[in-house]
Amino acid sequence: MRHRSLLILTTVLTTGALTLTACGSRDDDTKSSGGGDTQTVVIGVDAPLTGDLSALGLGIKNSADLAAKTANADKTVPGIKFEIQALDDQAQPSVGQQNAQKFIGNDDLLGVVGPLNSGVAQSMQKPFTDAKLTQVSPANTGTELTQGNNWKTGDKKRPYAAYFRTATTDAIQGAFAANYLFKNAKVKDVYLIDDQKPYGAGLAASFKATFTELGGKIVGTDHINPDDRDFNSVVTKVKSSGAKAVYYGGEYPAGAPLSQQLKDSVKIPLMGGDGMYSADFIKLNKKAEGDIATSVGKPVEELDSAKKFIADYKTAGYKDAYEAYGGGTYDAAWSIIEAVKAVVADNDGKLPDDARAKVLEAMAKVSFEGVTGPVSFDEYGDTTNTLMTAYQVTDGKWTSKLSEAVK
Amino acid sequence: MNELPQQLANGLILGAMYGLIAIGYTMVYGIIQLINFAHGEIFMIGGFGALTVYLGLPSGLSLLAAIPLMIAGGVICSVAVSVAAERFAYRPLRSAPRLAPLITAIGLSLALQQAIWMWYPDATKDRSFPQFKGEAIDIFGANIQRGDLFVLIAAPLCMLALGLFVSKTRAGRGMQATSQDPDTAKLMGINTDRIIVMAFAIGAAFAAVAAVAYGLKNGQIGFRMGFIMGLKAFTAAVLGGIGNIYGAMLGGVVLGVAEALATGYMSDVPGMELFGGGAWKDVWAFVLLILVLLIRPQGLLGERVADRA
Repeated sequence: MRHRSLLILTTVLTTGALTLTACGSRDDDTKSSGGGDTQTVVIGVDAPLTGDLSALGLGIKNSADLAAKTANADKTVPGIKFEIQALDDQAQPSVGQQNAQKFIGNDDLLGVVGPLNSGVAQSMQKPFTDAKLTQVSPANTGTELTQGNNWKTGDKKRPYAAYFRTATTDAIQGAFAANYLFKNAKVKDVYLIDDQKPYGAGLAASFKATFTELGGKIVGTDHINPDDRDFNSVVTKVKSSGAKAVYYGGEYPAGAPLSQQLKDSVKIPLMGGDGMYSADFIKLNKKAEGDIATSVGKPVEELDSAKKFIADYKTAGYKDAYEAYGGGTYDAAWSIIEAVKAVVADNDGKLPDDARAKVLEAMAKVSFEGVTGPVSFDEYGDTTNTLMTAYQVTDGKWTSKLSEAVK
Repeated sequence: MNELPQQLANGLILGAMYGLIAIGYTMVYGIIQLINFAHGEIFMIGGFGALTVYLGLPSGLSLLAAIPLMIAGGVICSVAVSVAAERFAYRPLRSAPRLAPLITAIGLSLALQQAIWMWYPDATKDRSFPQFKGEAIDIFGANIQRGDLFVLIAAPLCMLALGLFVSKTRAGRGMQATSQDPDTAKLMGINTDRIIVMAFAIGAAFAAVAAVAYGLKNGQIGFRMGFIMGLKAFTAAVLGGIGNIYGAMLGGVVLGVAEALATGYMSDVPGMELFGGGAWKDVWAFVLLILVLLIRPQGLLGERVADRA
């Protein structure tokens, strides 16, 4: 029996080991070099720079970098030079928390932009709030991040004072999606699928709430594992349920094959949230035509306020596109820059000793015209800009269909 | 609409893919009692090898004509890496305690993943893989995608070839002898080192075929795809009786069908509404594994062999 018990033991051990070892970290530090009488302020960037979601993550990194460079070139804050420290969180909460500790350990660092994933944000909020270090996410839509776990019952309570975001919440996004699907696309029977992550499950839940309220019918519900690529068993269930569309709470790496397998078997569209709104979704999915996604803000290409951002991004010559969160990231980084500016102006043009606490205080009062529109934060740290847009894949491209501010 | 034929087909296609990968685990384990955890990565490398060949071909070539070349490319890459791994990572440790090569295998698995991540162009995210155009084909009430036909044809052919090889050829019989008793086999003049390399190579070639099937089916491959598929294939090998090649294929198909049926029907069982669907399919697949191992500890087709001294 020695063989068999060894076999079982090693299976268990290695499964655990392989899961754990997936959490290394790759740094992408930029060296800080203070010189002369200018002071250096580092803005941390946390996003998945490798792996499935790196298309979105690299867009975030580059857009934050662009904000810092623009502030330096325009001398937005006299006497202050901004630098970016970008860390890769691999979309994993455990890595995100390690990164948070690294950011906190860097004394020149006064604010962090990111992360992309709501699940990662959950692991970073507490250390940042304890360290009074401001964090602004351009992409987290999990409602509980700013409004506490009981927001559904109307009992809103801000859990972490150092957390802000330029993205709207899933409560708003799900409601907007349900409205669009029911009223504009006129779909009444929907099959609901999510990937069991905080983002996907939250979005699916808020979609369901509004959709049933409007009179739509959820004809079936299922969950998938986001690391799988074969969803045919679920698709077969969708087919026999008679659904006219599938709403998917999740991200494009699993969303793309799900959509394709859906079209292979039953010709109905897949609708998702901002996690699906990526060019890679279409690249990985040969049958994306007709799929719908919602995303926060307006397409930056259609905003006058974003023209300069797009032109600058192009001039800077980044290898990767700014993707869905480019504009929001720029605004998130800029809000930190504005806060630093206010703090420095209050302190005779120099950084105070308790700069982190002062920047955090200043964040509540930040208000400026950003890439995505007016930027300011409410008492929960949420953006006051609730503009949402629905996109549909037409001729192999995401095309915007409807933009609306949601109340 | 009756879902059953479709769910069975879904399970069969997935299971055939598990089975092809499981061959590699089972052959290596059968001969040197090593669980080659890097095998999932050998599978992944086969996929990237095939994609490389496809990208290098003239764009006018039809996919059907390209497939033999893609398989060849995938097989060459997989076999080369697998044989090199055997030579440099496992052979030096052959007389070491059994845990040492196992840990080496895990290290190798990570190293291979990271190597692809780092050096294959654009592999930090999923890469798109060519697929057949055209509608699904209806067979016995189940829709079969054109890409899925590949694995349904390739898997039985591969099994047939392997069965003939093992039972009819000299090398195949040498393999059986080595697996039964390596020391005696060596005394009888069998070059066991060569047999072991052969087992690694055959397993890698089958994994490469499975990787082409995976790409054609899902339209994308990525550097992490070997992890889950490898784990499932290993499960299939244990389920079917590790060390038995037919058991590996049977285990794969049983596992795939079990997953599909758990997704499709478990939530219809009264009292099980919460435990059905795609989220629980892996749980049910492993419950099945545990049940089978409780009743038949040697696996479905495994033989009860005396422990070696």
